Amino acid sequence: MAVEKRNVSVTANGQACSAEVEPRKLLVHYLRDDLGLTGTHVGCDTSQCGACTVMVDGDIVKSCTTLAVQADGSEITTVEGLGTANDLHPMQQSFWEEHGLQCGYCTPGVMIAALGLLKENPNPTEEEIREGLEGVICRCTGYQFIISAIQKAATIIQESGIDLNSQQLVGEGTHNE
Amino acid sequence: MSKVVGTSVKRKEDSRLLTGNGRYSDDIVLPGMLHATVVRSTSAHAKIKKIHVEEALNHPNVVAVYTGKDLEGKVGPVPTSWYVPGCNLKEPPQYPLAIDRVRYVGDGVALVIADDRYAVKDAAELIEVEYEELPAVVGQKEAMKEDAPLLHDDIENNIALQWKAGEIPEGVMENAEVVVKESFYVQRVFPSPIEPRAAVAQYNPGSGELTLWCSSQNPHIHRMVLAEVLGISEAKFQVIAPDIGGGFGGKIGVYPDEALVAFASREIGKPVKWIEERSEHYTAANAGRDEIIEVELAGKKDGTLEAIHVKNTANLGAYLSTMGAGVSTIDFGMMITGTYDIPYAACETTGVYTNTTPTDAYRGAGKPESTYQIERIVDLFAREVGMDPVELRKKNFVKKEAFPYQNAQGLLYDSGDYEKPLNKALETLNYEELRKEQERKRKEGKLMGIGFSTYVEMCGFGPSEVVGAVGFQGGTWENSTVRVHPSGKVTVFCGTSPHGQGHDTTFSQVVADKLGIPIEDIEFVFSDTKSVSMGWGTYGSRSTAVGGAAVSFAADRVVEKAKKIAAHELEVAEEDVEFENGTFSVKGVPGKERAFKDIAHSANMAWNLPEGMEPSLEAQYFFKPENFVFPFGTHVAVVEVDKDTGEIDLQRYVCVDDVGTVINPLTAEGQVHGGVAQGVGQALWEGAVYNDNGQLVSGTLMDYTLPKARFFPTIESDFTETPSPVNPLGAKGVGEVGTTASIAAAMNAVVDALSVYGVTDVEMPLTPEKVWKVIQEKEGNQ
Amino acid sequence: MIPVTFDYVRAESVNEAIQQLKDSDGEGKVLAGGHSLLPLMKMRLTEPQVLIDITGIDALKEVRKEGDRLIVGALNTHREVSIHPDIKEHIPLVAETARQIGDIQIRNKGTMGGNIVHADSAADLPAAAFVLDAEVLITNEFGEQAMGIDSFILGPLITMMPEDSIVTGVSFQIPPTHTKSTYLKYFHPASGYPVVGVAAVAGTDSNGNIDFVRVGITGAGDVAFRATSVEEELLGKAPSEAVIKEASKLAADDGEMGSDLFASPEYRENLCKVYTERALKSILL
Repeated sequence: MAVEKRNVSVTANGQACSAEVEPRKLLVHYLRDDLGLTGTHVGCDTSQCGACTVMVDGDIVKSCTTLAVQADGSEITTVEGLGTANDLHPMQQSFWEEHGLQCGYCTPGVMIAALGLLKENPNPTEEEIREGLEGVICRCTGYQFIISAIQKAATIIQESGIDLNSQQLVGEGTHNE
Repeated sequence: MSKVVGTSVKRKEDSRLLTGNGRYSDDIVLPGMLHATVVRSTSAHAKIKKIHVEEALNHPNVVAVYTGKDLEGKVGPVPTSWYVPGCNLKEPPQYPLAIDRVRYVGDGVALVIADDRYAVKDAAELIEVEYEELPAVVGQKEAMKEDAPLLHDDIENNIALQWKAGEIPEGVMENAEVVVKESFYVQRVFPSPIEPRAAVAQYNPGSGELTLWCSSQNPHIHRMVLAEVLGISEAKFQVIAPDIGGGFGGKIGVYPDEALVAFASREIGKPVKWIEERSEHYTAANAGRDEIIEVELAGKKDGTLEAIHVKNTANLGAYLSTMGAGVSTIDFGMMITGTYDIPYAACETTGVYTNTTPTDAYRGAGKPESTYQIERIVDLFAREVGMDPVELRKKNFVKKEAFPYQNAQGLLYDSGDYEKPLNKALETLNYEELRKEQERKRKEGKLMGIGFSTYVEMCGFGPSEVVGAVGFQGGTWENSTVRVHPSGKVTVFCGTSPHGQGHDTTFSQVVADKLGIPIEDIEFVFSDTKSVSMGWGTYGSRSTAVGGAAVSFAADRVVEKAKKIAAHELEVAEEDVEFENGTFSVKGVPGKERAFKDIAHSANMAWNLPEGMEPSLEAQYFFKPENFVFPFGTHVAVVEVDKDTGEIDLQRYVCVDDVGTVINPLTAEGQVHGGVAQGVGQALWEGAVYNDNGQLVSGTLMDYTLPKARFFPTIESDFTETPSPVNPLGAKGVGEVGTTASIAAAMNAVVDALSVYGVTDVEMPLTPEKVWKVIQEKEGNQ
Repeated sequence: MIPVTFDYVRAESVNEAIQQLKDSDGEGKVLAGGHSLLPLMKMRLTEPQVLIDITGIDALKEVRKEGDRLIVGALNTHREVSIHPDIKEHIPLVAETARQIGDIQIRNKGTMGGNIVHADSAADLPAAAFVLDAEVLITNEFGEQAMGIDSFILGPLITMMPEDSIVTGVSFQIPPTHTKSTYLKYFHPASGYPVVGVAAVAGTDSNGNIDFVRVGITGAGDVAFRATSVEEELLGKAPSEAVIKEASKLAADDGEMGSDLFASPEYRENLCKVYTERALKSILL
């Protein structure tokens, strides 16, 4: 069946982007292959691993279970929108300091998922973090340092008064100490 | 400048991974790149009658379709890399695509190449394969039966190998005061890196050069083996492992799929990318374990252990994988006495072909299984003679004074102090109190259990003569080149291939201390066969003990040369020059000195070098270790079992590991945590299940449980440090200890909880239903 | 895994969506969050030719009280359901259930309507829907109708959904104010679906006797069910550990137990009993 391609326009990490895609194109492939935002990864095909987690209009979603056309007109934040190497976002900074990553493949999705968790619960307990990470799988770390990283990030974010509900997360990094 | 080895330096590799700037295989995009997908067998055992490819070929996006017959004479079978001697090993050819017969669900039957990653999936669905079904056999014991279907016509009873090591003199078992027997099944599990496998190949039709990016733990082995398979010169073949999303042994193997992608690129003359899907991964990528282990442990009533006899029946799957023959023989069978001074040991391993995906190394490879059987049986022995499991362990431990210690199978344990981590763990646990609590809970009808695993494992592969003697087709020594630039900045090359372990950082720590320069001045190059000399990759917890040692030696050579230049410039004898904290100075003459970067400049300019000295400042070292290294430690799990549902609440997990000298405590602890999660995962949740027809029924992450964050308590992790004498770093290996130790710790805890019913084993994984059924049976109220 | 090719249209109103469904000659499917539909499409277990995206229809996001019923618009996501003040006040069981569905990402996208229409045997919401006498509100060109949940869901992934129709919402009966409720779920460790999920609402009269009790169980078999035997056993009795334990033994009597890799019918039966007992104890004792 031949189907017309659609224009999908989004604001990705603060930048207006668009591409012509098949309606069946998954958001994750639109981000990776059309917009070149390869920081978001695919780890499974049944919506379990959460490596593909991105933020769409402020909500975390699995971009492997979302069509690009569904995201047309939305604001998207991926790992590339958090912070840069010289100006890491508190979540990235905390993952670095607490050794919350090993191979790094699930990490972008886990960090975005963690931001989604903190939006719902800015000051979670260890148990709440463990439960809140139901939607992501990390095979390397045993999760412990991911949890310390999220706890640390929660503290930094609260102390520095960063508003996670402002959809624009870009440029809110803390400078390297 | 203070020393950085032994400190928790934050990882250098993280800035790219944290910002989405990692470069994994699927991130590689090349001009004109095509996409590949492999059509796989849906039948576990069948003759291929016909493959209809016409419809797929007519698909507008399709460039080519290949079947096994198209590959004949162009791509050879993919061989194993471990010919274990003396076991009558039978290796059937594994063609990259099945030619006339499929032998497991997932066996490749056709390769489709198209210009679009979605269209290639559509086209693959258009290929129809006509099969003539054959009876399939899934279990190793069943496959050995007389009437079992044969996978390979010339391999009798599907037996791939029969291996023996060690002997127990007649009468020892027979006359022992106590003999405890048990049969354990260490079930098949999936290594499950979150990045499935991937390969991108680019052939240059002009030069005949081939570049292959692939998700490999050992690109040099991939180059060595695939050069042979593809019939291409290693000198024209570059293999690069880009960023890798985890391996855990699953990416050691040289796979048919990688050969296919390379073949297609060469055939078509365009770059070809293949990205595996998760469910595809579970049928087509090597699995781990799948061993039935029957143990007999003999000893005295006072708890003295005298002899151990082990039979391992291993399911090798349909073909012999890269390390397939070695895991259940050498890796498993040489370590069956564990941390105990048991005078006699014997191991018999039978490897069996079945209609399942091949099995290969998975984190620990043979050592978790070996540790599992000895740690489980020792607990049962303690119960039999009425001793506390800790007391029995201490009584039989190889004593600190006995090192280097040769075990009954002939391995020489390098160094050890087994009581030290055990005592530290007991203290953390408050063990006596904990046992009292268990007593109290038992009186209230609650099922609490405490499980120990006091392990030792062999890693740091390895001494070349030894691995050669046991048939491994590799050298397992390691190389490093330290290249000092005119500015004093340094590039270091090493033949190991990290994929999450953090060697960029830990190896930089070694170099920083040696050269007295900041870590930021050091960059590492790994995982590229064109820039890095022959090396053997990352597996078997070998990287720091062998690769890190090579780095250390190469840095020494740099210092040695630099010192000569410094002496020349300072106009003193070399013996009068001291090197510390990056400065060459003259003994007893304050102020007369040269900085490391000054010498770097001098060496590279070569305006004024000592007579006869070659210019530049670069040194290479090939390190061939004399022995393996043997990390050890104690892991303890504390559980409570819900009587009504069989659910297991993992309440505490305490571990104290001795991995020799710790270079970076933070990354070392991270390795332990990850290993523990995988080992506990095997004990409690993970299990690959085939039905009788050979269909994989646990083929997605909806059915196969990878542990999640909420499954674990805080892991209480600590180290003791007993340096290894085998390498200058004193380092052993930390990648596999967590997995090696934790399967038995978790299982022993649950079996301890259920010991009130006289239970001695429950088959892993301990799903609540299995545990509940045991309780129901024993309580007799079903 | 990639879905087969399909076309995609957006509907701005219920009527437009119905028209688009009609235009598709039975080959169209309604897309809301997509978290039930897209996984099936990726596995190519369903291959619609047109997806009709209804997420732009604001009318389907409403939550309103009508007499003793609360109507939850089909497009409310699980997240929205879990925090909506009216839902939390009147039918806290539904909010509590929604909070336990999947994970945060799924709760942000998955919708009330999608969950019910999909009729997955392992969905969470049907337990609460059975307990609160839910009615599925369906609109098509002939008008609106309300169908009881027990007649709507016929089997796993099978419903009485008429052709070319849209589920606009789900109407739940508001339980008496003196009752308490809970949803107790045994998570499948891999999928996060309930192996067994027990929804319970119960309360006692001024004499301390149980005058209202509803128990709904999902995940155990092909279809969710009301454990009416348990309810009948409890009604009129003063709650005690012994009374609840005894009644909970009947928890599996009114449903068929299913089987999968993780749990046999026998084990599911046990879970029904244990989780019913625990759920009832938590609200009655």
